[in-house]
Amino acid sequence: MLLIACPWCGPREETEFSCGGEAHIARPADPDALSDEQWGYYLFIRKNPRGAHLEQWCHAHGCRRWFNVRRDTVTYAITHVYKVGEAPPKDSA
Amino acid sequence: MSRYSLASLVRNAFSYHENWQAAWRNPEPKQEYDVIIIGGGGHGLATAYYLAKEHGITNVAVLEKGWIGGGNTGRNTTIVRSNYLWDESTHLYEKSMKLWEGLSQDLNYNVMFSQRGVLNLGHSLQDMRDIARRVNANRLNGVDGEMLDAAQVKAMVPILNTSPNARYPILGASLQRRGGVARHDAVAWGYARGADARGVDILQKCEVTGIRRESGQVVGVDTSRGFIKAKKIGVVAAGHSSVLASMVNLRLPIESHPLQALVSEPIKPVLHTVVMSGAVHGYISQSDKGDLVIGAGIDHYTGYGQRGSFSVIESTLAAIVELFPIFSRVRMNRQWGGIVDVCPDACPIIGTTPLKGLYFNCGWGTGGFKATPGSGWVFAHTIAQDRPHELNAAFSIDRFFTGRLIDEHGAAAVAH
Repeated sequence: MLLIACPWCGPREETEFSCGGEAHIARPADPDALSDEQWGYYLFIRKNPRGAHLEQWCHAHGCRRWFNVRRDTVTYAITHVYKVGEAPPKDSA
Repeated sequence: MSRYSLASLVRNAFSYHENWQAAWRNPEPKQEYDVIIIGGGGHGLATAYYLAKEHGITNVAVLEKGWIGGGNTGRNTTIVRSNYLWDESTHLYEKSMKLWEGLSQDLNYNVMFSQRGVLNLGHSLQDMRDIARRVNANRLNGVDGEMLDAAQVKAMVPILNTSPNARYPILGASLQRRGGVARHDAVAWGYARGADARGVDILQKCEVTGIRRESGQVVGVDTSRGFIKAKKIGVVAAGHSSVLASMVNLRLPIESHPLQALVSEPIKPVLHTVVMSGAVHGYISQSDKGDLVIGAGIDHYTGYGQRGSFSVIESTLAAIVELFPIFSRVRMNRQWGGIVDVCPDACPIIGTTPLKGLYFNCGWGTGGFKATPGSGWVFAHTIAQDRPHELNAAFSIDRFFTGRLIDEHGAAAVAH
């Protein structure tokens, strides 16, 4: 079970949150200009790293706000929590 | 390889069963193979077996970073069925089912395939409509399927709570009688023994650390046991597919998630079939030694840690106790996790890659065990012929760019 420190509410247990997957995937500004392959990359292709992973979580049963987390996908340890719009930690993959 | 038979059993009894030949050799890696398979799980071993048996390619190595059957092959809940919705997946899983039906004889190894039937429960009118649609689709594709109402379900599995006052009342079910379970370890061991007997080298504790290529063609792999040359490489690495793909800058539409399962203490025979429910989300069968084998959904975060969160186990068991109040005081013996490679459309990717000589078989997600024979069979064909078999042509990675997905997530309406 993960203990996740919501930037607004403090540490709460995982069952209060929903995981939104990989962070920092920006929707293309002009989808019509994209090739099918570029669109497929945006929709489906994911980094899925073994190690440091930047991902988005939502405090669904709390303040209902989204934020970003850096979590290790092997140890599951959460090393950074930062708000949407803030820069990710520098040493991240 | 000495064949297993009644005669060999009697012969070995005279030496107190101490002189049985090892099921497979433990060879040193050769400098070069015609084909290297990365991943010594069921799918990889089956691929090597069918490469040798169907295509006469015997200079093959299976590279396994751990030991045979130590990954998802030995961690699943062993359910076998072929009642998928869409034509493409039904044909693929039905090919697998047909191979299952003759597998023990083919391998000369008892994989304990038991066609005890698989029930998929429906708890709402929409569930029942989906079940009717899927059963009809199955029958049009020549796959057996029946619809049961609540009374028929009760007659078949009396310990199910079919009270109309249940929180999620059971309205009926689909039944595939040819579905069932198999002994997962035996599947890996049987394929390993069969492949080894045909000349395949099974290299355990041999982790791939890099894939070498020259001018758009693979030339071999760096491993923890040195460099090994090969012009054809098949990757069947399940949860680690993305890690291997990143070695050649290939990116996949896959995310690796923990999937947990657990078994109870052994109890007397009480459940003679497989019961699955997508709505309350749990599935259960009873193994031959008496323990209840229980599984459910993935953890929602990605992970390579072969363990998940306790809350997932808790909701799984809540679902099982909802269905079977009689199990509320059964104690659980062991729990574990495997890493499953989940595709956006819950269907596998089996095919060639932009790199010549490199083939991928991945994305089986939570339901790969049932496909083991068929997956190996089509992947062996894909590698040997350098093009997909018609059974796996639709499962190329291109579908994520053309939009021709095979959406089994909702369609099969069940947990795998």
